[in-house]
Amino acid sequence: MTEYLPPILAEYGDDLLDGFLVTIQLVGMSVAFGAIIGMGVAAARMSPRWWLKAFAWFYIGLFRGTPLLAQLFLIYYGLGQFSGLWRTLGLWNFLRDPFNCALLAFSLNTAAYQAEIFRGAILAVPEGQWEGARALGVGRRVAFMRVILPQAALLALRPFGNEIVLMIKGSAVASVVTVYDLLGETRLAYSDTFRFDVYFYAAALYLVLVETLRRLWDIFERRLTRHLDRERKEAVVDPAGQPVMS
Amino acid sequence: MDDSLLGLLRFGPDGWGDELLAGLRITLLLALTTAPVGLVLGFCLALMRRSDNARLRVPATIFTTIFKGLPELITLFIVYYGLSMAIRWVLSFVTSVHIEISAFLAGVIALGAVSASFASEVFMGALNGINRGQVEAAEALGLGRWPILRKILIPQVMRLALPGLSNLWLVLLKDTALVSVIALPDLLRRTFIAVGSTKEPFFFFTVAIVIYFIISLVSMAILALLEARFSRGYAR
Repeated sequence: MTEYLPPILAEYGDDLLDGFLVTIQLVGMSVAFGAIIGMGVAAARMSPRWWLKAFAWFYIGLFRGTPLLAQLFLIYYGLGQFSGLWRTLGLWNFLRDPFNCALLAFSLNTAAYQAEIFRGAILAVPEGQWEGARALGVGRRVAFMRVILPQAALLALRPFGNEIVLMIKGSAVASVVTVYDLLGETRLAYSDTFRFDVYFYAAALYLVLVETLRRLWDIFERRLTRHLDRERKEAVVDPAGQPVMS
Repeated sequence: MDDSLLGLLRFGPDGWGDELLAGLRITLLLALTTAPVGLVLGFCLALMRRSDNARLRVPATIFTTIFKGLPELITLFIVYYGLSMAIRWVLSFVTSVHIEISAFLAGVIALGAVSASFASEVFMGALNGINRGQVEAAEALGLGRWPILRKILIPQVMRLALPGLSNLWLVLLKDTALVSVIALPDLLRRTFIAVGSTKEPFFFFTVAIVIYFIISLVSMAILALLEARFSRGYAR
């Protein structure tokens, strides 16, 4: 069937698809690791201890206030400077792979955004839910796990979906440190052939990925939150629409 | 001090301080040139997307969907390589002069299109926040379309849109770092050059990140003042 394809796709189509899968893998793993780190950062941000709060504030501001590309360079080139140290720690095999460096940078970056999403969602659950649980004699820990968290998780869905989209778009910078993600494969194909149309096919793949995710997420979110009124949902802070630090 | 890492930041021929400062100038210049493009184009896109005329609404919607969904880096490559190629192709019919668009111009066009798409979203929200009755009242008083836009809509839209636009400015500042990939000597690119010659990547990239962080913090302080000014007369 390859004869029906445009020549550049017949030759490089498989590579682009490989890159597409690398992009999905990179984003999926970063978002998952970022969620774990982000929960810790959100907990620190809401902690009564001032030094935990200060650390979380600084972490969130630093990762949200500086370019992802600069963060990636610091991790890829900057950490590589101490290869001797990593060798003795047995981490060098992990850190010299550009994919792992991108994964580390993206996880730390999205953790900062996700921490703000989690915090906003938890704060958006009405105070009366805490009071109701206490009136029923439910302890704070159980109230948080059984009453607050399930409601907060629903409220976090919409900004969380936006964050995944931002991560898909942001992940393209991995190609700059020689990760062969979708854009990386595209740049390779372009430098081999100087056929510019390969960029359009890559762009189409990115658009399909982003739009599919956005639309599916929208249906999913609307279905899960159909019992909530609009006002409640809009009370959640979406960091994508908020100043970098608050 | 001179042999220490901080000595590398000296100004003059043997330090990198002046190079980084020149890079910072280009970063800020690019962001400040792009912001008005995104603002004006974004407002036009918002008006087009609200229009009843499908010939205005459909292209504006397609434009914003594309530039909101594409990674900024691929948009930049398409503009930088693609536009140069297109211009060369058109010119090849009339002249043999070789023209390439500069990395700076490519940055303004690509980042301008992206910020305009996101700005149109912010403006749509702000326009929806203004009661329809205000436009109807203005029409009843005999005001034309242009005075309604200039005297009734824009002042109120600016107040409602400012928080969203502030955020877009901060995103734009960070996105300017991408032009370093197409060799515009901005802050990040110059840092890269400094790393290449000093072999001190950890130190220099930390310095670059600190500088970006400081510009973000300063921007936020200025934007907070602006927001307070535009919200005069509205109790919070």
